[in-house]
Formats: sequence, C-alpha cells, structure tokens
Amino acid sequence: MTIIGDRQQLAYIASQAADARVNVELETEGMTLNIGPQHPATHGTLRIIARLDGEQVLWAEPSCGYMHRGYEKLTEVRTFPQVTALVNRIDWLGSFANEVPFILAAEQLMEIEAPPRAQWIRTILFELSRIANVSLFLGDLGVQLGAITPVFFAFRDREYVLNLIEGATGGRFHPNFDRIGGLKDDLPAGWVDETRAVMKKMRKFCDEIENLLFGNEIFESRTRGIGVIPRDVALQYGMSGANLRASGVDWDLRRDQSLPMAWDKVDWKVWTHLDGDSYARCWIRLQETRESTYIVERLLDTLPSGPVMTKVPRIIKVPEGEAWVSTENPLGEMGYYVVSKGDLGPFRVKIRSASFNNISIVPWLLKGVYVPDIITILASLYFILGDIDR
Amino acid sequence: MFALLSSIPYWGQTILRLLGGSVAVLLPAGTIVYLFLFKMMSFMQSRLGPMEAGPYGSMQLFAEVGKWLQKEDLMPERADKFVFKIAPLVVLSSTFLLVVVVPFGPDAWITNFEAGVFYALAVSSVSVLGILMAGWASANKYSLLGGLRAAGQLIAYELPMILAVVGVVIQAGSMNLQDIVVAQNAGSIFGWDGLGNPYLLTQFIGFLIFMIAVQAELTQTPFDMPIAESELVSGYMTEYSGFRFLIFFIGEFATAGVFAFIASVLFLGGWGVPFSWFGWTGINDVDNWMNVGGPLIMLTKMLGLAFIIMWVRFSYPRFREDQLQRFAWKILIPISLVNIVATSVLKVAF
Repeated sequence: MTIIGDRQQLAYIASQAADARVNVELETEGMTLNIGPQHPATHGTLRIIARLDGEQVLWAEPSCGYMHRGYEKLTEVRTFPQVTALVNRIDWLGSFANEVPFILAAEQLMEIEAPPRAQWIRTILFELSRIANVSLFLGDLGVQLGAITPVFFAFRDREYVLNLIEGATGGRFHPNFDRIGGLKDDLPAGWVDETRAVMKKMRKFCDEIENLLFGNEIFESRTRGIGVIPRDVALQYGMSGANLRASGVDWDLRRDQSLPMAWDKVDWKVWTHLDGDSYARCWIRLQETRESTYIVERLLDTLPSGPVMTKVPRIIKVPEGEAWVSTENPLGEMGYYVVSKGDLGPFRVKIRSASFNNISIVPWLLKGVYVPDIITILASLYFILGDIDR
Repeated sequence: MFALLSSIPYWGQTILRLLGGSVAVLLPAGTIVYLFLFKMMSFMQSRLGPMEAGPYGSMQLFAEVGKWLQKEDLMPERADKFVFKIAPLVVLSSTFLLVVVVPFGPDAWITNFEAGVFYALAVSSVSVLGILMAGWASANKYSLLGGLRAAGQLIAYELPMILAVVGVVIQAGSMNLQDIVVAQNAGSIFGWDGLGNPYLLTQFIGFLIFMIAVQAELTQTPFDMPIAESELVSGYMTEYSGFRFLIFFIGEFATAGVFAFIASVLFLGGWGVPFSWFGWTGINDVDNWMNVGGPLIMLTKMLGLAFIIMWVRFSYPRFREDQLQRFAWKILIPISLVNIVATSVLKVAF
C-alpha cells in the first residue's frame, strides 16, 4: 500500500471511530459535512470533510487537488524566462511575489545579480503585492464572520494598489515583470509620487478596518481563543508567515536571510503576537500591511538611480546546478528548488508554497471546534487555493 | 370613533382592510429593500448601487422581481415535496397574520383585538415553523443545520421580546394596541402634554431589548447564523430558487417592516400625534383625516426603525450560536425581568 493509501485508510478508521464514539457516548448519530469543494467560505475549491456531532467537529480533513494545474511539471517544458508566466498564477492575489524567488534562484545559478535599482523596485513591487493580497484578506475576514461592509472597502482600496502595479508592469494581476538579471522596464514617470499618496490611503484603510472589525466586541468574541496554535505545534507543522509569527515565533525571511533584495537597507519591524489564536493571526496581518506601506515609502526615499538590467546573454542558458531560494511571501514562506542541467529550461522545479503547509494543521486545529469556528479558523489561516494546489 | 366605519358597508370595509393589509405588508418590504438594501448599503460601502433600471435605478425592484419570477423552479429530488412547497407560504403568512392587529389610524385597523400584543407575539412564532419545515424538507445538511439554528434562536429571543413588551403593557394598562397608542398620545409627562408620553422615554430599556430581539427574530446580522452564507451557504434557503425564494425574501423584509410598525406602536406612539396639539382628549375626538395621516406617520416611524435595523445589519459581524444563546439567557432576560419589576413599582408609586 502506498503512503497515500495508508493515510486514507487511517483517516477512514479515525472517522469510523469518531462515529462509534458519538453513538456510544451520547446516543446521537454523527453526520458528515462536506464543506466544499463549492462553498462560499473556501474561496476556491478546497474541500473539508468534517464529521460532526451536532455542531461540534469530531474529525476533519482537508482534501486538496481540485485545482491542481501541474505547474511543477509544466516548468520542465518551458524556458527559464517563460516560467514566470506560470508561477504568477500560484498565489494569484500576490502574483509578483511569486516570480521573485524563482528569478533569484535562476540568478543564483547563473551567478549574476540584479543592479541596485532593480533590487529596490523588486522589493517595492513585492511589498505592493503583499499589500494588495493582505488587504483583500482583511476585507474577506469580515465576510467570513458575517460583516459584509469591510470587503467592499477592501476591494475599493486594493484597486489603488493594483493600479500602481499595472502602471509599473502593465499587468494588474499577473505582472510577469521580473527578468533574470533585472526587470523588464524602469518605473514610469510620476509613479513614485502616486505610490506615496496610495500608501497614505492604504494606511487609512488599515485604520478603517481596525475600527470596523478589530474594535468590535462581536469580532473579538468570535476570534479570541479560537483556533489556538501553540508555538511548538506551529513549528512542527511547518507553518510560516503571519500564522507562525502569530504563535510567537519571531521569524521573518525578509529579515533573517540575506538575499539580493532591499529589505535590509531600510528600517522596519517584524510583528509578533503571543496568543496564537485567530485574533492574533488577523491582527498580525493588519500590522504587516501597515508596516509594508512604511517599507515602500522608505524604499522610495532611498531609491537609487542606474540601470534596471544587467548584462545577460540573449538566449539564457542556466549552468548546471541546484539552487533553493525562498522568500517571505504574503502567505508565508514560498520557495523554489531549481535543478538545472545546463539547458534552456529547468530540469526539475519543486515549489514550496506557503498555503499547502499552512493548511496541513487543519485536522489538528479543527478537532472539537464548532461549525461557525471552522470558518473563522480557515479565514484566519488565510490560504489561497492556487497556492495549495499549484 | 365609528362615524367613518358606520358609513361604509361591511363588504366595503372588508375589501378596504384586505387591501390595506396587503399594502401594509408589501409597501414596507419594497421600501426597505430598495431604500436600505440597495441604496443605503451601497452608500455605506462606497459604491453606487443599482443605477441602470430607471432613473438612478429606481425601477430596480421591479427588475429583481421580474428576474426571480423567470427563474426555474428547482426542487431537490429527495425533498419532501409538499412541505418544501408550503414552507415559504407559512413564513409569509406569519407576516400577514402579524399585521392584522397593527392599528394605522383611529379607524384604519384590520381588527381591533383586545389581546393584540399577546396575539402578535404568538403569531410571530409561526414563522419558526415555516423555517424548520424548509430546513427539514430540503434534504440538505446545510438547510437542516440552518433550520435547527433558526428554531433555537427564535425560541430563545421570543422570551426577551415578550418580557420587554410586558413593561409597556403594564404602563398602558391594556393589551390592545389601539389603546396603547391612545394612552401614549393622550398621556403627559409630569403634567406637560406637548409630546404625549411615548413609552420610548420611560421604557427605553424595554425598547432596546425589543429591538435586539427583533433583530434576532428577523435573523439579521449580528444574529444571522441561520442563514450565514459563509458557513451554511444560505441555511434553510439554500435549496430554494425562483418564486419560492422570492416569497422568503419578501417575508424577511416584510416582517422587518411589520416589526418596525409594532415597535413604533409600542414605543413611539404609533399612528398618533400628541392629542393636545389639536385639543383632542380621547380616541372619539380624533378627526377623520388621521385615517389618512396616521398611516403616513406610521410609515415614517417604520422607516426610522427599519433604518436602525439595517444599519446594525450592515456594520456588525455575526455571533456564534452559543454566544447568541448566552446573550439571550444571561443578559437580555435578567435585564428585562428587572425592567418589569421597576415598571410595576413605579406604576404603583405614581
């Protein structure tokens, strides 16, 4: 029996045991509730199989793969510059952030480095995609908890950031702007001033969401103490990103590793929270959005001049070797393990996406919670289906 | 008082009342949906709202109704067909039964029922039955969960609602809604009768509890876990489409309007203006034009109260089921009991 078969067998036994326990102890009948694949709360096609006793979850298991697009395999028949068009679509809300680690890995193999201006612009666009991504999370959070207004604020204000990304790259959702050795183009005229204005707007949006949701007693009672992930459990399940920092682990790849990016050139703060509950995860994301706007502003202040592209051969052949580069993406740690055999395209690419690891904790976390809390917990873990299924 | 009534034959009165009752249910539903759901919500969420159908989207309501009427009438294969069909009607009928006792003017009532308050509170629970029927008959797990949640919630909030109204009944000394209106408008505050004596001033705790309970009865946010579109898709309404869904939809907002009518009768003086303005002393002096003016005054008050209901709906996240029950049993019911005791003591004292 394969490993996957074993796991399914065990899951089945666990579900049967949960049933039996319900029937014996409470003399009630359990019920299997399929949350998804089509369900408003999964924003995509994630399926959560939950065995319920009344409204309490006895056993839950996420079932992924409904949106598997085989990107790892597809990269093998693409050249290196073409791969960015694919990986754009992994975490579709923060597309530019997906391109960066792959390009960095390719540059590492070729032993070149982008010029400073390109590094700065890359970091700025990276943070802009984080703001666009997480601001939508902040609005969506309200919808999941039943407040319909925040999501419209989020869509309204995210538009400004998307306009910026579109202004610089030409693509709202899928910029495809990063090149091996630098960037496709320089920034358009007037972009810097506009970005400063938009960053102020985004901070106002953060204040608005903070007043609307985080100061609300119902919101607090729905999220505080719900879905607590202790520090050691979070580490064991390989969580990353805001979910890990909300459990009190001071770990941020933007600060903790030295990449040819501009994060270490400016001053900013890594936010952590000790509680590890849903409220902490949401709060961390709110603070990080605000912090990102400061990062962008400070990077704009120190933006160097110069070219945005180094000298690269017209036909890019990446030398033989292996490279692993990961960055702190909006959803968590995202990394590419690139194996090159010296051809035009990669021989093999392994994508480590944040959401896949982040939702692996779901069976552990959902045990014993109530149905409404499933939604809170899933919303606060914040996954994007493309990032789970690749 | 019966001057107007005696001049119209009985069949004429019956037709007028049937018409008036239908208008009293459908007009608030329409205005609430258009004014608050389409326009106010859009304004609060900084977007335009419907703009295409008619000038400024004023015909949007008709477009929506037309759309729902055209939709296919779907029914799950394993549904209990008869119960599935009848459930929305049960919900809507509860609204019509509710509006029967609401007075809209000195003569503009549908029935002048002595135990009106008691009747209204009893009849409002009929909708629970309809919701439970819909949840059960849909043969859908989400619907079942939604229906059961609705039943638990509506039963829990029936009690604070009744207890909140008891204060008003004690103060007015009557369960007849018409008498409650008259008592408020003919009353005086320490001898000053310029405003009458709307019970909002003396029963403000009762008013708050009543409005919270109404919010829960209507399953509006923050008490909307029976519908909870992000958890239960749409709860008991998941399997409904087309005309049957439309009936649920009308029922929801019509009930909001009718409850706002009842709240305005109980706490804001209903159809009346303070009687001292025109030198009236009792209901027999009230001029006939109040039969036209009364409904308009009621509509204004209803819109004010419905605005509050909708405002809360658009701003709050929802409670969890157990938090909601705890809120009802541990906070609302004790407070309303204290309110009743205080009201009775003060009633005897003054």
